[in-house]
Amino acid sequence: MKIDWAALGSVFGVSLVITVAMVGVFTLGIVGLSRHERAVAQGGSAAPAVAGAYACFAACAAVVAYGIYLIVA
Amino acid sequence: MESFSLILAIVVVTALAFDFTNGFHDTANAMATTISTGALKPKVAVAMSAVLNLVGAFLSVEVANTISKGLVDESGIRPEVIFAALVGAILWNLLTWLVGLPSSSSHALMGGLIGATIASAGTGAVHGDVLVTKVLIPAIAAPIVAGIAAMLATRLSYRLSARRAEGKAAEKGFRAGQIASAGLVSLAHGTNDAQKTMGIITLALVAGGAVAPDSDPPVWVILSAGLAIALGTYLGGWRIIRTMGKGLTDLQPQQGFAAQTSAATVILASSHLGFSLSTTHSVSGSVMGAGLGRKGGVVRWSTATRMFVAWGLTLPAAALVGAVAEWVTGFGDWGTALVAVFLIASSAAIWVVSRREVIDHTNVNDVEGDGTAEEPAGVVTTAIAAVTPPPAGTVTDDLTATIPSPAEVTAKPSATAL
Repeated sequence: MKIDWAALGSVFGVSLVITVAMVGVFTLGIVGLSRHERAVAQGGSAAPAVAGAYACFAACAAVVAYGIYLIVA
Repeated sequence: MESFSLILAIVVVTALAFDFTNGFHDTANAMATTISTGALKPKVAVAMSAVLNLVGAFLSVEVANTISKGLVDESGIRPEVIFAALVGAILWNLLTWLVGLPSSSSHALMGGLIGATIASAGTGAVHGDVLVTKVLIPAIAAPIVAGIAAMLATRLSYRLSARRAEGKAAEKGFRAGQIASAGLVSLAHGTNDAQKTMGIITLALVAGGAVAPDSDPPVWVILSAGLAIALGTYLGGWRIIRTMGKGLTDLQPQQGFAAQTSAATVILASSHLGFSLSTTHSVSGSVMGAGLGRKGGVVRWSTATRMFVAWGLTLPAAALVGAVAEWVTGFGDWGTALVAVFLIASSAAIWVVSRREVIDHTNVNDVEGDGTAEEPAGVVTTAIAAVTPPPAGTVTDDLTATIPSPAEVTAKPSATAL
């Protein structure tokens, strides 16, 4: 019996890194949107925050697209 | 298809029945957290999951081929063996559903298959090392991997967003993220689990001589398996959804997002890197991890322990039923008929017992005490039912229950400022 420790280890590593990165980036995007929301409420605007937020969401969408690609392929 | 015998027809119908139980047993994996955090209304959530399962079923036949080839010797398999295996798997799925515990449908299926094969062809026909590497190790690894990932992700998310992400945008954002990652889990589930049934039916067709060995599943098999799992998903295993979404821990949308993202990542990474992990185990682990990741979050270890026990029992219990069923079918046609009658009768009995305390989309988010189907729990649930008049209000109740959490975060800094 041989247990594929390398495969298990890589599943662990890859899952950990991707999950934490995804959630982190997505949270940053939401922080950006919240900042914009607050700025609008005070009569201003926070364009860089919105741009950053959309960049974060785009990155997440790309990862999800890759996930769907993995399912299909 | 001229050699399509009666036993083969029975096997195909039973396999589709298993697929159906698999669907409603595993709805919780994708949608429990989405429903419990109020990101989606219960009915909408199961409908979305059903559609994605159906789509997933058509995406590839990779998993189906692994099932019909890897675990047991094809040569020792007769259709009766597969029938007996399915009986074991279906009964275990129904029983765990009755007590509201998430358990791996694939383990139930493998257990049934192993038990039936041993009863039919002896222990030699089961590949023991495959059993350890494909079943036991993943069962331990999946919740740990998914749990740690979800816990760290939750921690990071709360740290990043503390005092900076609140209000409507944040709440809507985390809900949207959660729905997206739950959708991904549904899709992955469709490709994995609908295909297991396709693999089983194909295995039966090969064993019965209806199709050539090593062939891909026929189109009607793919279509019917996809529809069966989607229908099961849509009906929703509300008992399990409640345990997973509310019983293990209390989740806010932010945690639900982290949990579901972790589960989706683990499932995809594992199946892609060749170390397949169970969907149920990954999701349960990530839900608990997300529960632990928030400050003040708790995991109800008594519920978790009962779930772990169910995981440990899944394989042997399904194997035992499978073995006995196979032994009875060995007496000839009347034996097979007896097993079929037994399966229908016990399924009906389980359903009747479940009607004593109905759990559906109206009360899936009602928090109860600790137990699920035990007597004290029944008392608590009826008490709750007596106190809350309109069942339609549960979803909005939940919304108001989750809204105070950002306020809690804002309250903290102001307190320290004083």
